[in-house]
Amino acid sequence: MTTMLLNGNPVTVSAEPDTPLLWVLRGELHLTGTKFGCGIAACGACTVHLDGQPIRSCVTPLSAVGAKAVTTVEGLSGSEAGALSAAWLEVDVVQCGYCQTGQLMSACALLRATPKPSDQEIDVAMSGNICRCGTYPRVRAAIHAAAETLAPTQK
Amino acid sequence: MKRRTFVLRSVLAVGALGIGWSVLPARSRLGDGDDIPEDAGEKALNGWVKIGADNHVTVIMSKSEMGQGIHTGLAMILADELDADWSQVRIEMSPMNAIYNNIVTVIDGLPFRPDDHGLVQRTVAWLTAKTMREAGLMMTGGSSSMKDLWLPMRQAGASARAMLVGAAAAEWKVPASEITVDAGTLRHTSGKSATFGQLIAAAANQPLMKDPPLKTPAQFRIIGTPAKRLESEEKQAGTTTYGIDVVLPGMLYASVVMCPTLGGTVQSFSGKAALAMPGVKHVISVAGYNGGTGGVAVIADTPFHAMTAVKAVTVTWDHGAMASVSSAQIMTQLASALDTQTGHAYYSHGNIDDALTSAAKTVTAEYRAPYLAHAAIEPINCTVQVKDGRATVWASTQVPGVARHAAAKALGISTDHVDVKVQFLGGAFGRRLDVDFIGQAAAIAKAAPGVPVQTIWSREEDTRHDFYRPATVARFTAALDATGVLIGLRNTSAGQAIVSNALDRYFALPGLPLDKTASEGAFDQPYEYPAARIAHQTVTLPVPVGFWRAVGHSHQAFFTEAFLDEVAHAAGKDPVAFRLALLAHHPRHARVLTRVAELSAWNAPRPAAPAGTRVGRGVALHESFGSVVAHVAEVSVNADNTFRVTRITGVIDCGTPVNPNLIRQQMEGGIIFGMSAALHGEITIENGQVTQANYNDYPVVRMPDTPVIAVDIIPSTEHPQGVGEPPLPPVAPAIANALFAATGQRVRTLPLRLSPASA
Repeated sequence: MTTMLLNGNPVTVSAEPDTPLLWVLRGELHLTGTKFGCGIAACGACTVHLDGQPIRSCVTPLSAVGAKAVTTVEGLSGSEAGALSAAWLEVDVVQCGYCQTGQLMSACALLRATPKPSDQEIDVAMSGNICRCGTYPRVRAAIHAAAETLAPTQK
Repeated sequence: MKRRTFVLRSVLAVGALGIGWSVLPARSRLGDGDDIPEDAGEKALNGWVKIGADNHVTVIMSKSEMGQGIHTGLAMILADELDADWSQVRIEMSPMNAIYNNIVTVIDGLPFRPDDHGLVQRTVAWLTAKTMREAGLMMTGGSSSMKDLWLPMRQAGASARAMLVGAAAAEWKVPASEITVDAGTLRHTSGKSATFGQLIAAAANQPLMKDPPLKTPAQFRIIGTPAKRLESEEKQAGTTTYGIDVVLPGMLYASVVMCPTLGGTVQSFSGKAALAMPGVKHVISVAGYNGGTGGVAVIADTPFHAMTAVKAVTVTWDHGAMASVSSAQIMTQLASALDTQTGHAYYSHGNIDDALTSAAKTVTAEYRAPYLAHAAIEPINCTVQVKDGRATVWASTQVPGVARHAAAKALGISTDHVDVKVQFLGGAFGRRLDVDFIGQAAAIAKAAPGVPVQTIWSREEDTRHDFYRPATVARFTAALDATGVLIGLRNTSAGQAIVSNALDRYFALPGLPLDKTASEGAFDQPYEYPAARIAHQTVTLPVPVGFWRAVGHSHQAFFTEAFLDEVAHAAGKDPVAFRLALLAHHPRHARVLTRVAELSAWNAPRPAAPAGTRVGRGVALHESFGSVVAHVAEVSVNADNTFRVTRITGVIDCGTPVNPNLIRQQMEGGIIFGMSAALHGEITIENGQVTQANYNDYPVVRMPDTPVIAVDIIPSTEHPQGVGEPPLPPVAPAIANALFAATGQRVRTLPLRLSPASA
């Protein structure tokens, strides 16, 4: 049995320590907001936060989590998350939607570290998140819009 | 065979699909809603809508939502005719019923050019519509949903509205003509008013209104607005249930290892080591279902236990007929087919031989496209519970009817004993028109009777066991007269047939002589010149091929529009002007092309390229699925001949734009999907095995590769046409043509790669 801090609460799971965090979340806890896409950290659909850092849960074993705080889309909160959700809806980013929770996790970590990201900073932070529907232009627009909401440019 | 005989035989063969399928006695697609489940206070007024006492309007949805926005689009047209309050509209998936069968796709699949409205075309289309009402299938594909349901959904909304009005008229004892409806409320001039919810119980007792009057376009209030996607909030929150998110009490998980050689089977296997591993319940071999490949499945208590244990299974494979097949050898075989075969002429006009003989100049070229995988982000998965001689299937599928058939066949039970629950699809792009994984998941679940079993493929199995876009080779010769006017075009392509193989997989109906998809994008384009012969030579190969977004159009558009650009340059003419001259009788196409030229400032002087780079622009126009799309691509080429697509300007005419917001989404997404194919996509096969496995070796476009995209939609009040696929075909040729403009290099093979710069 392993106890981890998940979305602010201690949770005890029976998965073996080598189980990827993704499959602990999906297979044991049935938290299906975190998605399986590739299994090799190549698509970003499984992105969660570990102590606030975006990580690929498909290649992160439970044993590597330790005492660090795990945040999934189900527990995502705060001003950046709120601004991003609102901007995502306003821009109407989503198509099939499967990758979008991962996109939002990466975008949220970006805004927390870089409140006003440039296009190039968005490219770097979001390059690990594949969207086969091609929502990238709207993802970019929504990140800029959320950044603007959080800290309006002085005019 | 005469074309008429060919076509009529096809229709009769399509009619044969009716055997074993539910039959719809009435010709109306309205339905009575008797099979729609109702919650307390809810009443279905027909097969497409129910209303609750709390005023919510539930649109009954027969189409799969895979990102194309069809749930929102179809709900909008029903809600508009109903005069519903848009904020009260929700969606519920439909049961299986013949009223939801897709008629348009099959008619569109007939081998006629879009401008052919002759007697044979009309007779065959009528016959097919009549046949398909009874024999068709519930299907989301071919960019057909809006085209197919534009009238049925409007009629359903108008009919329900009439029943609500009828109920109010009876209660208020006033003429129905004096009642107005707006945003879910009915009002009479006397001041009486009632909501949908207050009237629904009485409305359900009104006679079914079968032929309600419909609005004129000027009366639309919701159609034509850029409404937001209905399910965005749930998708963002991670609460949407895709096929892979289905969670059921006591559910087990299965992981599969399939023969690495496509179409291979299990000769023998040992599951001993796997069975000893934690959580493992069963290890079984499974056949290849519906065109799929055989393999071994491990059923365990968690997904990770299953996928870990499946690696411990040892298998001796029977590699089958594909064992010696390679894609390199296939490309040679396709090219040599064109050396010796002339193919079936899908379109023939004038005398092409005379045109080529009399030409002042001829242009000849060969184009090639590789196999492609779909690589939808939700890996293939399916959940099945087999219990008491019945089965329930939870799946991300585009074809619930075919899925039901596949599960029933795999389990040896009647189709009536299978229920299919369609979930949200994490992308599909045509992959989920196939049901190999449904038959497989049913067979796996049979090993754990009574328990729901979710089978999940690894990304590697997904990439290596797809139904690929067929590799294709095309050869062109164009004839120009002394003034640079195109007087003749010969085009013969060679590749595998898609539809006949698919129908064989679905229904074991081999040899159906109906495959428009092989030549679509080549024979059905609008340009006019005095002589043409557009043909396709079908080459039979064992590689599984299927429906890849835009199907034949995706590669044929690259061939035809890149070649036309070569011809324009050979004629010494501007590529836009050259095309416009061939569209004199096609104002709709000319308008799209003119608009994209305006929007991209095609005729304006170009700014100088940044130091060390070369820039270029290319144009392409293409009609598919009833819509016309033109793109202008701009590229920036580095000194080492690597390049970047910097901007794509796209214009679409898709008939009535039901939702400009979602149409723009599809334009943006189609452009990016098309870029993945143009710049990266290539599946190669060695010894019958696919070389690529995951997004690292089958790369797709990512955020940093994304160009600036500008889109415009041509206003129209015509019947709405397809939107999910048409934005894609002109992407690759527009980029190839831009590369030529920048470098003078003509790239005739996908994916597009410039030869290394000479020092």
